[in-house]
Amino acid sequence: MLNALLLVIRRDLLLAFRRRTDVLSTLVFFVIVCTLFPLGVGPEPELLRTLGPGVLWVAALLASTLALNRLFGLDHADGTLEQLLLSPEPLVLIVAGKVAAHWLISGLPLVLLTPLLALQFGLDGQATASLALSLLIGTPALSLVGAIGAALTLDVRGGGVLVALLVLPLYAPVLIFGAGAAVAEAGGGAAEANLLLLGGLLAGAAALAPWATASALRISLE
Amino acid sequence: MLSIGTPITTGGQPQPRVARWLRFASPQAFLPLADRLIPWLHAIALVLAAAGLYIGLFAAPTDHQQGDSYRIIFVHVPAAWLSMVIYMAMAFWAGVGLVLNTRLSAMMASALAPTGALFTFLALWTGALWGKPTWGAWWVWDARLTSELILLFLYIGFMALQAAISDPRRADRAGAVLALVGVVNVPIIYFSVQWWNTLHQGSSVSLRSAPTMAALMLQGMLIMALALWAYAGAAVLQRLRAIVLERERHTEWIQRYITERK
Repeated sequence: MLNALLLVIRRDLLLAFRRRTDVLSTLVFFVIVCTLFPLGVGPEPELLRTLGPGVLWVAALLASTLALNRLFGLDHADGTLEQLLLSPEPLVLIVAGKVAAHWLISGLPLVLLTPLLALQFGLDGQATASLALSLLIGTPALSLVGAIGAALTLDVRGGGVLVALLVLPLYAPVLIFGAGAAVAEAGGGAAEANLLLLGGLLAGAAALAPWATASALRISLE
Repeated sequence: MLSIGTPITTGGQPQPRVARWLRFASPQAFLPLADRLIPWLHAIALVLAAAGLYIGLFAAPTDHQQGDSYRIIFVHVPAAWLSMVIYMAMAFWAGVGLVLNTRLSAMMASALAPTGALFTFLALWTGALWGKPTWGAWWVWDARLTSELILLFLYIGFMALQAAISDPRRADRAGAVLALVGVVNVPIIYFSVQWWNTLHQGSSVSLRSAPTMAALMLQGMLIMALALWAYAGAAVLQRLRAIVLERERHTEWIQRYITERK
């Protein structure tokens, strides 16, 4: 069973590696959105330092929404997804593997890029570290919840906008605790509490979202 | 599991109470019931709204702190209440439809959504109207306002998803999954927004410290709540009837039903 999970992850990573532009375009989108904010609100360092963590979080949210179409879209287009549904391995496991691979492709790079973008906003080392940590815990939850939306809007007209409409309201708690942890004084009680709540959200999403995604996939493909 | 598939029309035998109600899970049995209920609910809504508005606008005393602007609560509180209850009801019927595969339950969920969205919007709108004179701003990032706004987004997402899928069966089931995911999220959203609000700023405005209400205000509010409940029932049943008529239009019994009504 664990073998199937690893195989799904490996396959998706390999496919992503062969089509590197897809992965890179999400990353570049993230960078561009973060760059546009200072152009919009002005270059005052104090203002940017206050806005920075929130802007990076919202940009990460949008970038991860943008990447959701790829989660099941390509597999659906070439019929692989139907084969996966017929597989004797539990669908929940396959979904979990695909979500994990999706996070490695679209979530983790955002976290790794965060220190660079934090420089743009003049965040110091401490603030950058807590921002990266909150994104590291938060982005897997985004991928898990987003997978439900991606499965529901599979092969639906206007799916790209629709998926954003469905999942962005559901992302609100992750954004609140994630940005809260990033903004709060590092080492203080508030940052810790926010990180713990964020971890709780991640655990809850990991426990429930694959099941919802699996049933949504079954509904979309029946 | 309740016996849904068992034959229910068994001659003169007394039927168990549950089976009698389950009869209405069939659109065929439900339509005449809806026909009978809708005018009554409309009438109740009209009478109660007239009484509630009279008490609210004329009989109830003026609030010594907020003046007359508080009178918006006679619409605002029932609307906010209903907006949440209807979401719960929608998720409940969607879940029933998903598990038991009853067509009418899923149709009920889609019939509830627009009314729920309407009440959510009404609650936000009347809240803004009340906020301007009381707080001095149309909108504050108060926990309740924010979570109510997110609730509106959830309603819109549900309706958009159902509208985007052309196969009604798939639309029902996809909407059901979304409604259930949403209902798990609603309390999380509510508490997260509340904590976010207290972390960012001390709650400068709070309804919790409001003085205890005069009895007449409370009565007016309850009557208005009942009026809006009755209106919601009538509107939902009417929409449900339209959905049933549209989806079952090719069946023989609908043709019979329509010719009988003429």
